[in-house]
Order: sequence, then C-alpha cells, then structure tokens
Amino acid sequence: MDASIGVLMACPMSLYLEQELDKRFKLYRFWAQPSRQEFLKIHAESIRAVVGNATAGADAELIDALPKLEIVSSFSVGLDKIDLNKCKEKGIRVTNTPDVLTEDVADLAIGLMLAVLRRICECDKYVRKGLWKMGDFKLTTKFSGKRVGIIGLGRIGLAVAKRAEAFDCPISYYSRSEKPNTNYKYHSSVIDLASNCDILVVACALTPETRHIVNREVINALGPKGVLINIGRGPHVDEPELVSALVEGRLGGAGLDVFEKEPEVPEQLFSLDNVVLLPHVGSGTLETRNAMADLVIGNLEAHFLNKPLLTPVV
Amino acid sequence: MAVPTPKPSSTHPQLGQIVILGLPSFLKRQDKEFTSKFQFLSPSESNLPLDQFLAAEAQNTQAAVCSGGFKISADVLRHLPSLRLIVTTSTGFNQIDLSECRKRGISVANAGNIYSADVADLAVGMIIDVMRKISAGNRFVKSGLCPKQGNFPLGSKLGGKQIGIVGLGSIGVQVAKRLEAFGCKISYYSRKKKPFSLYTFHSDIHELASVSDILVICCALTEKTRHMINREVLLALGKEGLIVNVARGAVIDEKELVRCLVRQEIAGAGLDVFEHEPHVPRELFGLDNVVLSPHSAALTEGVFRNTNEIVTGNLEAFFSNRPLLSPVLDDE
Repeated sequence: MDASIGVLMACPMSLYLEQELDKRFKLYRFWAQPSRQEFLKIHAESIRAVVGNATAGADAELIDALPKLEIVSSFSVGLDKIDLNKCKEKGIRVTNTPDVLTEDVADLAIGLMLAVLRRICECDKYVRKGLWKMGDFKLTTKFSGKRVGIIGLGRIGLAVAKRAEAFDCPISYYSRSEKPNTNYKYHSSVIDLASNCDILVVACALTPETRHIVNREVINALGPKGVLINIGRGPHVDEPELVSALVEGRLGGAGLDVFEKEPEVPEQLFSLDNVVLLPHVGSGTLETRNAMADLVIGNLEAHFLNKPLLTPVV
Repeated sequence: MAVPTPKPSSTHPQLGQIVILGLPSFLKRQDKEFTSKFQFLSPSESNLPLDQFLAAEAQNTQAAVCSGGFKISADVLRHLPSLRLIVTTSTGFNQIDLSECRKRGISVANAGNIYSADVADLAVGMIIDVMRKISAGNRFVKSGLCPKQGNFPLGSKLGGKQIGIVGLGSIGVQVAKRLEAFGCKISYYSRKKKPFSLYTFHSDIHELASVSDILVICCALTEKTRHMINREVLLALGKEGLIVNVARGAVIDEKELVRCLVRQEIAGAGLDVFEHEPHVPRELFGLDNVVLSPHSAALTEGVFRNTNEIVTGNLEAFFSNRPLLSPVLDDE
C-alpha cells in the first residue's frame, strides 16, 4: 500500500483500526487536530479516503472540503452520517460493514427485551443493595410468547425475528414493501404494527423518510403495556415524546441503545425501573469490531489496488 | 407407586383434607378457589408450634401442600402418620426427604414444567447480560458518566460460543432451544445420555466444563449434585468461561465460585440462586462481570394461577384415585 495516501478518520472508533490504517496509509486523526480549518487548508489535497462511523462520517461540507476524496469507508452498517447523494454526484465510492455485526446487534435487541421485561438490571440492583433480605422482588413480565413487531425486516430485523421465534414469540413487521419469502405477518403501517404487538423493535436504516418513524401516535398505539426497543438510530424515535410517554406511564417500558444526541441521554429516564439504557454498544464486541475494521481495511485496499470493493453501497 | 384410596375427611366428607406446610405464595392469591375444592389446615395461622399443631389436627390428613422453601424432614413426616401425598409448589424437591417418603409409601408431586420457559428465559437473559455487559452498561449510562467517560469496554460475542448444559431436563432443553437460535453450539452433561437428543453428550462434568465457554446449571439438587461444580470444574471452565445458575445454589461450591470470580479464574457469572438465600456473598457486589438475581426466575405475572392449576390438578387426581399429573419419579 502507498503510505502517501491520505486517510482521514472522522472520530475515534477502534484502536485496532487506527493501527492497521497507520501501517498502510498516512492516517490523519480529525479529532486530534487543534483547528480543523487549518488542518484542511494544509492537508485537504492529500486526503483520498475518509473513514467514518455512526457518530461522524462525511457530510456535504466535508466532502466539498476534500477535492481529492475517492472513497468513504464507514465503520458501521448505517449510512446516515454520509451524504450519499453528494457521493453519487461526485463519483465517490462508499462502503459499510454489513453482515459482520448483524448477530451482535440482534443479540443485544433480545438482551434488552429480556432486561426490560424481566427487570434483570433492577433485580441485580435489588440484590446488591441488600434488599432481598426484606422480601422478594415483585413479579415481572413473561417474555416467552410475547408478540414482537419489527420495523425493518433487513438483515438485522430477520436475525431478531429468528431469535425471538425460539422463545415462541409471534413475529410481525413493517417494511416499505412486503417481503416475499417470509411467514411473518406484514403490516402496511407502523401504527398498525404497534397496535398489534407487545414489543416494538426499530431495526431499519435511518433516512429522511424514517426519521421519527416512532412518534407520539405510534407510542400511544404501543401503549401502557408495550415496550420499545431501539437498536437503530436515535433519530428514529421522537425522543421528547418517548420520554414523556415513559414518565407518564403511557408506554410500558423501553430498552435503548441509541439516542438522538449521543452521548447525551435524557436524565428523566435514569430513575425509571422499566427502562434500560446502553451507551451504543450494538456491535460492541471485540470479535465484531475487529471484523468490521478488517472490512474497512479490505475495502480501502481493494479500492487503491483497483480491485472490486468488498461491500460497496455506492 | 400406586395411589391408595383416600379416606374422606370427617368434617367435610366431600372435600379432601390437606395440610399446608410453609407459606406457598400462590395461596394468597388463589385461596377462594382453593377453599371451595379442599378443606385445608394452616399451621402457619396457629399459635401452636408445628409439631403440636400436627399432633392435634393432622393425624388423619392424607395430603400436604408445601412451598419450595419448607424442609420436609423425617421428623415432620413422623407427625403426619396418615400422609400419602406431598405436592410441592416448586419444581425442585431437594427440600423433601425422599428416602423417608419412599419408606412410608408417600408419593411426591412437583410443579412439573410450568416454570421452565420463564426459567430458561432468565438464564438466557443473564447470559446475554454478562456477555454484553447490559446491567453494567445501564449502570454506566444512568450514573451520567456517558459523556465524560466516553468509552465503555467491549463485550464478548455470543454467536458461535459453546454452551455446556448441566442437566438436560425440561429447563435445560428450553435453554438449549433458545441459545441455538443465537448460533451457539450445545453440549450437555446428565446422569444418562438422552436417547432422543441430538446435542453432544459428555459423561463427565469436568470434560463438559473444559469444552464449554458458558456452563448453564439446570439440574436438580441431590446428594450426587451437591457441590458438583467445584474448584476443579471451575478451573476447567477457565479464564474466559462463564457460569449461569438457575437451579439450586448448592450445586455450586459457592465459596470456590466467589474465589474464582474475585481472582478472575473464570470470566463471569449469572446467579439466580445461592447456598444460603437470601444471603449473597458481599464480594460479588463489587464485580461488574456478575449479574445477580433474587431467586426470581419463575416469578412472572400469572405464575400463581399456573401453580394453583397444577397443585389442584395433582390433589384432585389423588383424591379421585387417578394418576398424578407431575409425580416425582423414583429413578435413583
């Protein structure tokens, strides 16, 4: 690999990835620059690739500032931080990391469902505080057999469905169009889906069309016994509406791995025992993050060697 | 063991008489239904000590319902000379002196598999929690540390891991079925190989531990399984291994377990049961790689209705001379 090829990493994401990029390219760490403007003035011409993730990618402004940009390789499967239209216009390639993180994200979705319904985190807290000596914890909610509704039946949605089925959960879904090869029940609107399930899981891509796909109406349809699980992106859900529904008891519970303005998390949720909050760890295992890093490197190498990209999106 | 013809009680000839031992929770919710079907004696509501109560009231009583926590020793049985049936509200029957029951011709029925799905759900929930640091992550976010401290440590992938199920009964089978959907591989240890199971059988518990990433304890507590999970087994499980216990605390040598966790000789644990409940070793409270639960695996809403159904079903079978619904079989 040509060590003079400039690669700009948008934010910290993986030390292993940084090491591997350092070995092959001239790696610039955007977050470590005292002045981004100054940095771009000096180095913009030598940057031919951007590596982004769920936090920061390549928006229109950055793309315009990098005249030699050829490829954006995202350390994520989500593409919401990349201006895809601009990339298409300018012939800039885009890759992501599908498949390698599917299982971990789906595992976490089920883990969140169990944690919320069975109050696993609260029970752990109960024991650690010494409260068991005073009496048993209250009865929790059975998970097996609950109706699971999935927004977006892509790779991750299907993996969630497969796992939930092992718990005898009936599966239904909402998607832009009905999927031909499944036996799961299709609903043509998210409100319909929410009205007919006990646990609603967000598993679709974030696009301008799906922003706030879970809004006040959907939350009300899910109801005081319903549980929302978000393993998609924070902006899928109208967060202030979600918070007030939980605080007021209009929604039965939530398991959230993502938030509208990460790393900020609404404080009103901290004291709720029917809410489980995680710091965006959907793909957060050593094995998967390394596999994602290998895919980013593999895509960049393929591009600069004029070989077919491994996981192109654009 | 054949169920002998029960004698009708003297005060309510049409209702069978039962003595309630311990404080089975389901009765608090279901007592009206229960009273209409049976006549029952409640020593817990009397001022008399148990032995005196039984001597005064229960000499002709043929059936007893006991809670999982009530120890039915040979001494208790001596005070119930007419006893022919014990129905426990728990799945476990380690609290009952079975050999004394055998000697006296007393049948025992448990709760069968009514709790199996819920217990399996909790086992899997705890596995995912420990592997993916769900309780730890929830604590981290709710402490407000998120923006300042940034990076939360990475967890461990569940897919592809080797699960070792200790005891492939009703609960073990449900745990296996669930974990297969996560791409896990299943092996088990059991007294005997299960002829209809496709899972890999290991006849030695050390062998199972050495090939497993996650050991799940789902077996009954008996003389043979007491402290079966000892230091050797834990070391065989190894530094990367996890253990989850939804059976009985005493299947694991608790002191050794705590030592191994504190010294990081195993990677983590999910524990719903302990040797001396509700006492939980304090050394565990400071560990982020341990998830603790107050013996609540079976306790979901609707549980008391289900317990009532199976207890009533077994009692009705007994009083009308039909086979018990969920007899504890004598196969030692």
